[in-house]
Amino acid sequence: MVSVPVQPVIPPGGRRGRLRRPSLGRTALARHEARWGLIFLSPWLIGFVAFTFLPIIASLIFSVTNISLAQDQPLRFVGLENVQRMLADKQTWESLGVTFRFAAFNLPIAIIIPFVVALVLNSRYLRGVGIFRTLFFLPYVIPFVSGVLAWQGMLNLETGWVNEFLRIIGVENPPNWLQDTTLVYPSLAFIGLWGIGAGVIVNLAGLKGIPTELYDAARIDGAGWWAALRNVTLPMMSPVIFYSLILGIVDILQYFLVPLVLFNGTGEPGGSTLFFNLVIYKQAFNFQNFSYGATLAWFLFAITLAITLVVFRTSRRWVYYAGER
Amino acid sequence: MTAAGGAPYRRPRIRPKEAGKSFLFTFIIVVILAAFLSPLLRSLFVSLKTPEQVGQLDAPPYPAVHGTFDYEGKTYDVYDVPIDGATKQLALVKKGRESSQFVDPGNAAAGPITWEGSWRNLTRAWTFSPEWANYATVWDQINYPRLLFNTVAIALIGMVGTILSCTLVAYGFARFRFPGRSLLFTTLIATIFLPYAVTIIPTYTVFLKLGWVGTWLPLLVPTFFANAYDVFLLRQYLLTIPREMDEAASIDGAGPFRTLISVIVPQAWPAIIAVAIFHIVYAWNDFFAPLIYLSTKPDLQPLALGLAHFNTLHYRNQAFIQAGTLMTMIIPIVIFLVFQRFFTRGIVISGVEK
Repeated sequence: MVSVPVQPVIPPGGRRGRLRRPSLGRTALARHEARWGLIFLSPWLIGFVAFTFLPIIASLIFSVTNISLAQDQPLRFVGLENVQRMLADKQTWESLGVTFRFAAFNLPIAIIIPFVVALVLNSRYLRGVGIFRTLFFLPYVIPFVSGVLAWQGMLNLETGWVNEFLRIIGVENPPNWLQDTTLVYPSLAFIGLWGIGAGVIVNLAGLKGIPTELYDAARIDGAGWWAALRNVTLPMMSPVIFYSLILGIVDILQYFLVPLVLFNGTGEPGGSTLFFNLVIYKQAFNFQNFSYGATLAWFLFAITLAITLVVFRTSRRWVYYAGER
Repeated sequence: MTAAGGAPYRRPRIRPKEAGKSFLFTFIIVVILAAFLSPLLRSLFVSLKTPEQVGQLDAPPYPAVHGTFDYEGKTYDVYDVPIDGATKQLALVKKGRESSQFVDPGNAAAGPITWEGSWRNLTRAWTFSPEWANYATVWDQINYPRLLFNTVAIALIGMVGTILSCTLVAYGFARFRFPGRSLLFTTLIATIFLPYAVTIIPTYTVFLKLGWVGTWLPLLVPTFFANAYDVFLLRQYLLTIPREMDEAASIDGAGPFRTLISVIVPQAWPAIIAVAIFHIVYAWNDFFAPLIYLSTKPDLQPLALGLAHFNTLHYRNQAFIQAGTLMTMIIPIVIFLVFQRFFTRGIVISGVEK
């Protein structure tokens, strides 16, 4: 964002006078430029106020009232009642536990797998890279409802191909993936793999941006494949990994649509998919309890913010920006 | 798109002694890729089965029925018969305890063949038999033409809104200096991190009061007010366009709007196409907004929501579900295959050059 040349736009009201008094001319030009900038920004400025800023404030206000869709009781200020209810509700902590457990399981997968696929696509041993890149990316554009239903069939106890395969290699009683509390997270991770496309492309672009001289230097120093990966690739890729991590955290804390479609929001099996955001959705849109839903949503916002800030703090220690000193 | 499609750098040549390693590596990746995409093949196979076939656990994975053969006015079952060291598909015409008579469907004129052994130990042969009618049934039951029209209309109107608003805003951020610009830009990016749940409840309440719930307006109106991802992508792209052209245009007396339309847009079209495709794929995928705004209006729903409802009604008939699943995904897949380059480039611009 350095050096934006002043646009030689002549403001109305006399070119001569402006030219003779450059200091005044510059401010007038600057004002002119600023006005146009804001005019072009106005769609977003209006949208931000209408669809982001005011709703955030309203959400905060909702959370200290008893607003609901039916509004069978008169609207009133309830202070921290919703917060107290939230903190006392067992479901809050259970669903938060579900969200964190799933995040701990799935976040590493969601970051490592696209990185590994990108390494594969970048490997000089792979023939026909273009085809592979297209096909690894392809499921990314599949609407997730379609993806979920295709995978639901794939993981079916009796007719799913995962279990067919397990039977072929000699597993006698293959598991019921989607109805098993310990296997449902791996199943959701399988389903999530269809969304790796964008991550693969971002990682691949990062890998291609690493100067080959660094690898040459590493080879001269006697580094093998693993040492080059550890000492060249990983540090050079740390900004990309950091970016994936931050977006991954934000996404995974909001995760609930896949289990909503898979289990109709029941939290099956055994409450293991009752994610925090699913509870928000049910409170707000099934029970139409807007005030409590808003309270939960603000809590999620606070948690997301806290975690991303902590990760940003740690980034100084492990993220390497090549252009920086 | 050829295999080399778009790879901008030269791959080092493989020496002959590495060719084996290269072949093995590529083979392993082919296997992994096949597993990765196998749900698509399964969906296709299941979508072509009759309900009975879906339930038959000993049936092959592809749509198949037990083969039969009409011989001399009667219908006979076809079995896999090991004969002369090979397995042949033969129709069993006369059952016997120790030997049975078969007819070769490929050569019925040759007459019955006697086979020694118990026919009860034989297995019935399967013949490929796709039930294409499933697609016609689902087409009607899910009201496909209506849902497809809704999806396309929502996607295209939203695309126009997104392109118009995001191009204007990106141009504002990329080419004009004003106090608070970097703060505003940071705010824009920060909205990416805001959980949707925080804003959705009041927004829903307002749309409800406006009478917009049950219409497309909540899905369409916000697209005309820009979004962080696409503004970021376009702004990054506009920053790479040299300013000399803008300046030349303004010296010629073009105002900022004129410059945008006649100088910036013609140069930014790869990014604009990327935004357009991203939006179409996004709208096709969008489930949550249609869910909360259009649940009570089946005639206004897009495919994703219609498919989810279809699934809750017909989940027992997997053939129909998988046919609907494929009918929902086919258009985004085709769009992606056609516009692949723009897609990849857009992700690279918004993903890495941050």
